[in-house]
Amino acid sequence: MATTETVAGAAGEASQKGMPQLNFATWPNQIFWLVVALVIIYIVLTKIAMPRIAAVLAERKGTIGNDLAAAEELKSKAKAAEKAYNAALEQARADATKIIAATKAAIQKDLDVAMAAADVQISAKAAESEKRIAEIRAGAVAAVSEVARDTAGALVEALGGHADASAIEAAVSERLKG
Amino acid sequence: MTVADQGLVIDPMHQFQIVPLFGGDTLTWYTPTNQTLWLGIAVAVISLLMIVGSSSKAVIPGRTQSISELLYTFIHNMVEEVTGHEGAKFFPYLMVLFTFIVTSNLLGLIPGAFAPTSHIAVTAVLALMVFLTVTLVGFYNKGIGFLGMFWVSSAPLALRPILALIEIISYFVRPLSHSIRLGGNIMAGHAVMKVFAGFAGVMGIASIVPIAAIAAIYGLELLVAVVQAYVFTILTCVYLRDAVGEAHH
Repeated sequence: MATTETVAGAAGEASQKGMPQLNFATWPNQIFWLVVALVIIYIVLTKIAMPRIAAVLAERKGTIGNDLAAAEELKSKAKAAEKAYNAALEQARADATKIIAATKAAIQKDLDVAMAAADVQISAKAAESEKRIAEIRAGAVAAVSEVARDTAGALVEALGGHADASAIEAAVSERLKG
Repeated sequence: MTVADQGLVIDPMHQFQIVPLFGGDTLTWYTPTNQTLWLGIAVAVISLLMIVGSSSKAVIPGRTQSISELLYTFIHNMVEEVTGHEGAKFFPYLMVLFTFIVTSNLLGLIPGAFAPTSHIAVTAVLALMVFLTVTLVGFYNKGIGFLGMFWVSSAPLALRPILALIEIISYFVRPLSHSIRLGGNIMAGHAVMKVFAGFAGVMGIASIVPIAAIAAIYGLELLVAVVQAYVFTILTCVYLRDAVGEAHH
């Protein structure tokens, strides 16, 4: 089926008459090479390129899906951690309040005990002081009556009398009472 | 096309000539031609892009890998959305169509290059492949019920035979429009640039105007190259939906 045609005749004539597209002498040649080209492209695409691209696209889709799932999981984990943190915080706050109250109560108790002890001590001290003051006062009264007795005795002797100790004593006591 | 005055000779169709690659004056069905060379370059570019792009298999892709994965997911989503889940088995087929057309279109925009998709022979084969696939798969999947897509059950009964005729005609026109749309767009863009290039050659200092126009058209053609590949592929998806999905008319 060799469609032999002289180019001078076929092409030359076509260029004179118009479109080379309508020079049907070249059609078998064009169609043959076109089919060859299409078959090669088909083989290259279906045997090599397209399976590879499909695999890559599927892999990418899988990777993206996995990453998204992992991100979702991490997000939920973060949320759970936040929740746990908040719960722990709340718990710690409650504990702290409790501890503060307990401590306050204990301190109050200690304070009350200490106050009571201090009160007892203070009243004991005050009683002791009162006793001492009373002693001092009594001491002073005794000293005054002695001085008065001596002075009275001395005065009686100086005036030429003879001082009777018991009489003087009675007189001084009489005077001091008044 | 020869403009006699100014000695201006513009032959915008000459760039589409198919000539034997290694000289000689005979063109048999297997002779390597300039078109064969650019088909081969397209195959090499696609192979390089898709094999190198998928070789590292990195979870975080590099540049080449991103391009190959972008192509893959783009066509994959298109098939899933337009054709439905049953159409997923045609994904490799659509991948071949889109990568081949978009690569050929874009390579054809390199100055001095040859765009195989500017030839009706190429686009016709692509469109006929789609047409045959849709027809055969349709009859295989649905049996004689495939013909039900021509019988518009939502229309009034009296109109249905007329609509059926229109539907059948439009069905058989599909491969024609499918192939001419792609081939015509690519051919027209290249021819227009060639015409402007011809003007630029003889206009002296004023040739800045056609050169600017070429730059603008080149930008447009980059868009056309991608859009036409997209259109061809998505139309294939739409046609395949008739064959695999439940027909909604």
